[in-house]
Amino acid sequence: MLGALTQLVCFQVLGEVVSRALGLPVPGPVLGLVLLLAWFGVRGGPDAPMQETSTGLLRSLGLLFVPAGVGVVTQLDALAADWLPITVAVVVSTGLGLAVTALIMQHLDRR
Amino acid sequence: MRPVWQVWVYLETTPLLGLVSTLLAWQVGLRVSRMARDVPAANPVLVAIIVLVALLLLTGTPYAAYFQGAQYVHFLLGPATVALAVPMYAALPRIRRSARALVPALLAGSVTAAASAMLVAHWLGASRTVVLSLAPKSVTTPIAMGVAEQIGGNPSLAAVLVLLTGNVAILLGPLVWRITRVTDWRARGLSAGTAGHGLATARMLMVNEEAGAFGGLAIGLNGIATALLVPPLARLLLG
Repeated sequence: MLGALTQLVCFQVLGEVVSRALGLPVPGPVLGLVLLLAWFGVRGGPDAPMQETSTGLLRSLGLLFVPAGVGVVTQLDALAADWLPITVAVVVSTGLGLAVTALIMQHLDRR
Repeated sequence: MRPVWQVWVYLETTPLLGLVSTLLAWQVGLRVSRMARDVPAANPVLVAIIVLVALLLLTGTPYAAYFQGAQYVHFLLGPATVALAVPMYAALPRIRRSARALVPALLAGSVTAAASAMLVAHWLGASRTVVLSLAPKSVTTPIAMGVAEQIGGNPSLAAVLVLLTGNVAILLGPLVWRITRVTDWRARGLSAGTAGHGLATARMLMVNEEAGAFGGLAIGLNGIATALLVPPLARLLLG
């Protein structure tokens, strides 16, 4: 588990380094994801510990959003001032985003 | 034995309290969610956040002090994002077969969500900071915070809006799919990941494995698409 976690952090660092060195607008972890995917392609897939560790980590993905979410306490003034536009914008744009993506995907994927 | 308050004073100087309260609040969230039979409104993330916000406000603890401990949990978002490569690799054959549908669907959904969020908020009179912080709200937290900062929004506000969006996507998803008559799990998963990042995808992973894989793919691709497209889009729409 620790080996796999080390590998994940290494790929994150690698992504961070490549992103900064080349001045790419892509965040480090996302580039790390792409690089790990390429590595799996070379190695013929993740080994068992990697499979286990990533499954465990992703099963608790929700927990990892909690600390940033609690940051809402620092934004109460901004939210109180603009709560109506924020609520409407989030609900409308999320509904539209869901509908557009799902409809195009289902329509084109059927062929 | 030392008086209890001395122990408290000691604990307050260590990151332990922020860490343990986050983990305990998560357990409370899981318990509540199970008791409420997994209704989306009682999802563990939302419950845990409400518990912790109440705790901070009641005890007068500043967020920075809490985050000293919570940062260890927050840090794992990076490795977890990288770990999405595993379900994505497993889904690669299916993804390759759907590539011609997937790329246009994802790009259209990504631009629709970002543009409509900015325009609606702008029309309704939100401040410029709020409008710009809304633009990257559909992608995973670390990316959204980076993009918000880059275009002149507020990273902390962006993080909160990301959370809000994920929860709204969980709530709206089933309704939207019923109205649009989308029954394909790949389309559902892709739209959940595109509009509602990891939070909605975590939910899809519980319901359908294939939907979860496409959701994971959407998180990665939309993260990249948003990082590339939102800065020019914000300039185009808001001048």
